[in-house]
Amino acid sequence: MSTLRTLNYDAIVIGGGGAGMRAALQLTESGVKTACITKVFPTRSHTVSAQGGITCAIASADPNDDWRWHMYDTVKGSDYIGDQDAIEYMCSVGPQAVFELDHMGLPFSRTEEGRIYQRPFGGQSKGPDNPTQAARTCAAADRTGHALLHALYQGNLKGGTTFLNEWYAVDLVKNQKGAVVGVIAICIETGETVYVKAKATVMATGGAGRIYQSTTNALINTGDGMGMALRAGFPGQDMEMWQFHPTGIYGAGTLVTEGCRGEGGYLINSEGERFMERYAPNAKDLAGRDVVARSMVLEILEGRGCGPNKDHVLLKLDHLGEETLNLRLPGICELSKTFAHVDPVKAPIPVVPTCHYMMGGIPTTIGGEAITQDANGQDQVVDGLYACGEAACVSVHGANRLGGNSLLDLVVFGRAAGLQIEKALQEGVSHDDASESDIEVALSRLDRLNSSTSGESMAEVKAELQKTMQLYFGVFREGESMQKGLKLLDELGERIKNVHLEDKSQAFNTARIEALELDNLFEVAYATAVSAEERKESRGAHARNDFTERDDDNWLKHSMYFPTEKRVGKRDVNFSPKTVEAFPPKVRSY
Amino acid sequence: MLVSIYRYNPEKDQTPYMQDINIDIPEGKDLMVLDVLHLLKEQDPSVTYRRSCREGVCGSDGLNMNGKNGLACITPLSEVVKRNKLVIRPLPGLPVIRDLVVDMSMFYKQYEKIKPFLINDTPPPAIERLQSPEDREKLDGLYECILCACCSTACPSFWWNPDKFVGPSGLLQAYRFLADSRDTATNERLAELDDPFSVFRCRGIMNCVSVCPKGLNPTKAIGHIRSMLMQRST
Repeated sequence: MSTLRTLNYDAIVIGGGGAGMRAALQLTESGVKTACITKVFPTRSHTVSAQGGITCAIASADPNDDWRWHMYDTVKGSDYIGDQDAIEYMCSVGPQAVFELDHMGLPFSRTEEGRIYQRPFGGQSKGPDNPTQAARTCAAADRTGHALLHALYQGNLKGGTTFLNEWYAVDLVKNQKGAVVGVIAICIETGETVYVKAKATVMATGGAGRIYQSTTNALINTGDGMGMALRAGFPGQDMEMWQFHPTGIYGAGTLVTEGCRGEGGYLINSEGERFMERYAPNAKDLAGRDVVARSMVLEILEGRGCGPNKDHVLLKLDHLGEETLNLRLPGICELSKTFAHVDPVKAPIPVVPTCHYMMGGIPTTIGGEAITQDANGQDQVVDGLYACGEAACVSVHGANRLGGNSLLDLVVFGRAAGLQIEKALQEGVSHDDASESDIEVALSRLDRLNSSTSGESMAEVKAELQKTMQLYFGVFREGESMQKGLKLLDELGERIKNVHLEDKSQAFNTARIEALELDNLFEVAYATAVSAEERKESRGAHARNDFTERDDDNWLKHSMYFPTEKRVGKRDVNFSPKTVEAFPPKVRSY
Repeated sequence: MLVSIYRYNPEKDQTPYMQDINIDIPEGKDLMVLDVLHLLKEQDPSVTYRRSCREGVCGSDGLNMNGKNGLACITPLSEVVKRNKLVIRPLPGLPVIRDLVVDMSMFYKQYEKIKPFLINDTPPPAIERLQSPEDREKLDGLYECILCACCSTACPSFWWNPDKFVGPSGLLQAYRFLADSRDTATNERLAELDDPFSVFRCRGIMNCVSVCPKGLNPTKAIGHIRSMLMQRST
């Protein structure tokens, strides 16, 4: 430890995507000594790939729009295991968060009145009694994530945020009392390992879509925050809930925004039929993502897939006309030409459901404080640890996220975590220092890797992990096959412990980083598998062939995966919003 | 296919060198250059490059491929390989950290110099600041920049004066804020660009335009700034 340099901050934010930068900005502006640690330069974060928009009742497209309708849609979309107090918070403070982004410079598309342009997205209505399709997703063409991420980075430059760019967080440092007191991190450029000490550590590390073979996610989405939390013994919530986006480009996996269907595009099968009319007579192609993805897989399974292998369907856009496509969906036209060799102006895009979003994550309060359970199953806040964005499970998305809600989640709860930490620091935070052995624990994984002399090839084990998840924990699941998958994961886990790092050099050693990431992928995959096997019902994105119905008697609950015992427990869903009546569970149809 | 790749590990190598590697390209698939790098890294994990989104929006993998800058993830082999050979080098003109990874601090410094954030002295309204579709349209072709540095590192003026010439990417961003109807700092912005180097080192050779992977036109943006500067001085 004596050789380990220590950096000292009041707060550190791990991750420089939307959530991390919003949290960092909040903290910096309130004068908290903060550093944002990010493994890639901030504008390379995966938020950049978000396309369609940020859903929020700003009453531009419809002057009578109401955040309560957005709340209702989100609760229904979550298949009723989204926490209603958190959803209420997100939908009600959302407009303020969106206006802030405009003031920061985000170049939203505009209406004739000069207001922010809003487009229809899946699962949007005008309240419980009015299923009329709403247009609630604020957009900057189809590059909203890019525009948002750059605006936030620019806001942080203006605000003077300290960034540790291309630094990689390895593991949490926990003191003897179980409080989180910072992280071990590597400066990628020099290879130096440092203890970054902090009173508050925020996990804003994003998703982990790379546990699957086919994903819309960036190569960097390896669940680092969730992995670190699980290794430190903290639980993961609703880890079985993975969203498969209906429209990933066939073969490449790159995302095609739901905004395509919002603008009037629709899906067709090999017979040219607009099949969503059969599955969701009212919302059709704009039903919840889980519903659309399952319908697509059913079409393919029943032999109505397209192409020589009948293994995908088509997204038809040409009827929208070249002008609309160039104005509203220019990025999609580009992506489709590059990755599908198809010009959407002339021909439909081949698409297939593709792993997209982790609804689960580190359970938190609205203020981002990480939660675990005590011996009596009561919520207990973890000292020093916070989470926001996709890495967290607050939970606003429950069993299925609505399109456009992830960007809102980032800015609303990134800000909320910043506010909470500011308050906690004002009230006074003092943790015991980490002992030498506490730090050694956090260094052990790195030490193992740095002294490996032989073992498994990383690329091979990673590919097998991704294949296993794809095969056994995909859109449709079944007990027996999941048990088989779990067995394979157990074997893979042993092999991963034995991965060999051939290249021991210090400077910009990406092989070392990838090996560390692989551990995180495995932690997340394993938590997913155990939780999925345990939840014996079908709800939202979790669809089981052996338990096809939703079971509110037993499973109107969050699942809680405890890594130390590899056990799944349950946690109550919040049905107590502060200013409105709770929306009771109903049959979910679109 | 023969891949000739630039290698340099500061801990091992006195000088950089080109390593020639033969690799089998799976038939019937038009791989991207990034896919080829993945194949190389599977064989030799020490091969080093940046990558993230793999779909041309994050700007991590700007490289020089057969002499031309571009993004590895959206450059298909069919477009770039000549006579069954692919030469991969780091972006030119920036210090190399390792293999294909360059030190981008100079590039980012120029970006920061132009104050790449909205400045507006009036207190913000309770809703968004209104902007007409026509005014918003002026930002098209500007805000899409992904900071990949393909343009600035293809620019001889930037190679010569990376500390004084803002470079095509930074200037495109400078104009993005000059053109934004919500920004009120036009005068200050122009004043800070009004010297012989920041803007006027651009010689209009348009390398930036020919390499921009997003199809943007920094030269045109620079032209607009020039005329704004001219008008300001008259």
